[in-house]
Amino acid sequence: MKTLQPVLLVLSVLVGPWVSAHLNAQVSYDRVLGAADEPENWLTYNGTYSSQRYSGLRQITPANVDNLELKWMLQNQVFGAWQSNPIVVDGIMYVTERPNDVMAVDAATGRVFWLYRHTPSEDARVCCGANNRGVAVLDDKVFMGTLDAHLIALDATNGQPLWNVEVGDENLGYSITMAPLVVKDKVIVGVGGGEFGIRGFVVAYDADTGEEAWRFYTIPGPGEPGHDTWSGDDWEHGGAPVWITGSYDPELNLTYWGVGNPGPDWNADQRPGDNLYSDAVVALDADTGELKWYFQFTPNDGYDYDSVQVPVLADMDWNGVPSKLMLWANRNGYFYVLDRVTGEFLSGTPFVKVNWSSGLDKNGRPIPTPQPPGSPTWPGNQGGTNWYPPSYSPRTGLFYVSAWENYATIYEKEESQYQPGRMFLGGGFTVLTTVPGAPTIGIGRTSPINNWTDEVGRGAVLALDPHTGKAKWKFEQFDVSDSGMLTTASDLLFTGGREGYFHALDARTGELLWRASLGAQIVMAPITFMMNGEQYVSVISGHTLVTFGLRD
Amino acid sequence: MRVMVSKIRHRIPSFISLSVFLLSAFALLLTTTEQSSAQSSDADHQYTSEDIEAGSRVYVAECALCHQRNGNGVDGVDLRLGQFRRPLSDNDLREVITTGISNGRMPGLDLRQDELDGIVAYIRAGFDPSGVAVKVGDSGRGQMLFEGEGQCSTCHRVNGRGPYLAPDLSDIGAIRTPAALQRTLLEPSSALLPINRPVRAVTQDGQTIRGRRLNEDTYTVQLIDSEERLLSLIKSDLVEYEVSETPTMEPTTLSSDEVADLIGYLLTLGGLR
Repeated sequence: MKTLQPVLLVLSVLVGPWVSAHLNAQVSYDRVLGAADEPENWLTYNGTYSSQRYSGLRQITPANVDNLELKWMLQNQVFGAWQSNPIVVDGIMYVTERPNDVMAVDAATGRVFWLYRHTPSEDARVCCGANNRGVAVLDDKVFMGTLDAHLIALDATNGQPLWNVEVGDENLGYSITMAPLVVKDKVIVGVGGGEFGIRGFVVAYDADTGEEAWRFYTIPGPGEPGHDTWSGDDWEHGGAPVWITGSYDPELNLTYWGVGNPGPDWNADQRPGDNLYSDAVVALDADTGELKWYFQFTPNDGYDYDSVQVPVLADMDWNGVPSKLMLWANRNGYFYVLDRVTGEFLSGTPFVKVNWSSGLDKNGRPIPTPQPPGSPTWPGNQGGTNWYPPSYSPRTGLFYVSAWENYATIYEKEESQYQPGRMFLGGGFTVLTTVPGAPTIGIGRTSPINNWTDEVGRGAVLALDPHTGKAKWKFEQFDVSDSGMLTTASDLLFTGGREGYFHALDARTGELLWRASLGAQIVMAPITFMMNGEQYVSVISGHTLVTFGLRD
Repeated sequence: MRVMVSKIRHRIPSFISLSVFLLSAFALLLTTTEQSSAQSSDADHQYTSEDIEAGSRVYVAECALCHQRNGNGVDGVDLRLGQFRRPLSDNDLREVITTGISNGRMPGLDLRQDELDGIVAYIRAGFDPSGVAVKVGDSGRGQMLFEGEGQCSTCHRVNGRGPYLAPDLSDIGAIRTPAALQRTLLEPSSALLPINRPVRAVTQDGQTIRGRRLNEDTYTVQLIDSEERLLSLIKSDLVEYEVSETPTMEPTTLSSDEVADLIGYLLTLGGLR
C-alpha cells in the first residue's frame, strides 16, 4: 500500500473535482434509509433496504435502449467468477474483487482511486470459490467481510483500514462472502461454512469501533426454543450459514435473513428433526438481534436447498387488505408470499418442476416425497434458483427471478463424521444427464463452449405474479443463468446469464429489446446510477466490469 | 423469447420429415440388429462379475506385493486406471503375466486359465468388483477394422487423416474408458454427447444445412456442416432448425471379438503429448 501513495497523490490532483465531491459526501444512515429517493446512487447491496433492486431512474427507456453503448470497462486482475455487486456513492463506485480487494473507482471512467488488499489466511476454507459479493457503506466508511471471516472497516477516502475484527474462526470453516448490511449505527454480517459443520450466526458490530453489539445463532443452543429440533450434539456443527445480505423494514425495526442448509448437507437421516433455523428466514430486531419470528421453508433438508435468497419486501393489497409482504422464490422450487409483520405463510406455488415434495400444507410446511435411491430429484442441487438477487417492480407488480428449469440431481447419502474444519457433506450428488458421463452443469461456466446443452437444465427469467404464483411471462435461455435482476421506473428489466449475453427486456411483456454479447458468464446482478445527468448500467461479465450509457 | 417460440413452431412440420427419416433409419436398424443380435448384448463383450471377483483374490495374492493394492506400485504403470508402458490387449496382458518381463523384473506366474482371465477382468474393471470389464482385443486388427470393414474412417478423423464429419478420435483412448467406447459402438444413441448431435437447418433462401453441433446458445448455433465448413447460424434467421437425437452412426455389426479389437485400437489413440 505504501508504495502506492505517490500515485494516489498524483491521481487525486488529476481527478480533483471527483475526490472533493466525494469528501463532502457522507453516507449518513438517513441517506441509506432514503436510498430510493436518490436513485442516482446505489447505496446498498440490493439498492434499498427493501431489496427490490428497482431503480427510480427512467432516462434509459424501452424506446431508446437500442442506443446503449459501452462507456468503460474495468478488468479484474484475478481469475475466477466475479460475483461482486458495486455500490455507487456520488460518482464513486466501490467494488470488491477476489479474494478480498476493495477498489474505489471513478464511476464515469472506470479509473481506480485506491485499492485495498486483504490477503486472507491460507487456512481460510470456502466450499465454492473465493467469492466476495461486495461492500457496505456508512458515513465515511466502507465495510468488507473476508474469506477468513474477518470484518474490516476502511476509510472511504483512501482505503486505509480503520478496524478489523475476527468474526469467526477460519480453522473451523467460517468465512464471509456476503456484502454486509448497515442499519443505524451498526454493521451486520452473517457467516458461510455450511459445508464445514459450522454453527451459523448473524452478528452486529458498532460501525465506529468494531465492538460486537449482538449475535444471533441460527442454531438454538441448549435451553433455547427450537433446540429440540436437533438431536444430541448435532446442533454444534449443524451448519445453517448466512451468506447473503438481508433486508430491513425500518417501521418494524426488523432485519430479515435467509439461512442456509443444515449439515451434513445430503444425509438428513443423520440429523433427525426439523433442524431449525436452517433453510428458514429469521426476523431479528435490528437493535438487539432478538428473534421476532421465523418461517422454515425446508425442514430436515437433504437436498442442500439453502434459503439464502434475498428477502424481497413489498407492500401491496393481499385479499383486498394493504399488507406488508415478503416475496421469496426459494431454492427448493416454491415461490412464497409471507406476512413480514408476523411471518405468517400466505401462499406457496412451485415455479419449476418439484418432486421432493407433493405440495405445502396450510402452514406452508412441505409434504415430503423423497425419491427412491438412484432416482432424480427436481429441482437439482443448485435449486430452482439460488442466491442471485431477484427484483420486484412496484410499477408492474411482478417479481423477476432467474430459474433453472428441468434441472435434476440424483442424491447419494452416507454417514459423515464431523471433524473440525473439514468438509462435512454426508454424501454427494450427480446431475441428471441424457447420456452417462456427459458433461453437466456445475457451479459456473468453465469453458466458452456449452458442452452440457439445454437438455440438462435451461435458464429462464420468470415474471411471477405474487397473487397467483404463476409466471405472467417467461424468457428462456439455452444455458442456465446465475444472474440477478434489475428493474427501472421505465419498465426495463436488465439481466444476464452464463452465455454472456446482457439483456434488456420489457418488464411488462418479457419482450427482448436489446442485447449485448459480453463474452463471458454474468454471475451478478446489474446496477444502475446517474452521473452528470447521464444514466449508466453496470454489470460484470467474466473478469470485466462493463458500464453502458446512452450514446452521446 | 421470440426465438424459442419460433424454434418450437418450426420443429412441428419438420417432425414429419424427421419421422420419415427415422422410420427408414429404424427399418435399416431392424435388419442390422437381426443380423447381429447374437453378438450385440453387452454380456458378450465383457467379463462376468464372477471373473472379476475371482481375479481380485488372485491379484491380492499374486500381484499386490509389487503392484500394490491400488495398482500403481510400479513406476509408469497404473493397473487400476489401465495405464501401461505400452498398449496391451487382453492377450498381451495374459502373456506378460505368464512369461514375465525380461531381465527378471517381473516373474512369470504359473496360473490356471480361469485365474488368468480373472486378473485380466479385474484390471479391465478398474479394480471394481461391480465394474464393467470390457474385452480389449488386438490393436493391429482393430486398426484394420477401423479403416476397413468397420467403416469408422468414412466419418471419423485420426491423426490428421480422414474427414471432419464426426468427432476427431485422435485422443479418444485418453478421454474414454473401454466401457464407454464399447457402449458407443454397440448403442451409439445412448452414448452420443448431446452437444455432438446432428443438426438440420433451413435458411430463408431455402438452403438446407446439415452438420454436427459444436456449440449453441440462446440465439446462435455453431456447427461443422457436411461440406466441412465451420458455420455459425443465427437462429432467428432460420426457417427451420432441429437437433436430432439420433446419431448418424449406427450400432456396429461387427462380432464381439472384432469389437474388442476395435476397442484395443481406440485405446492406443492418446493424442499429441
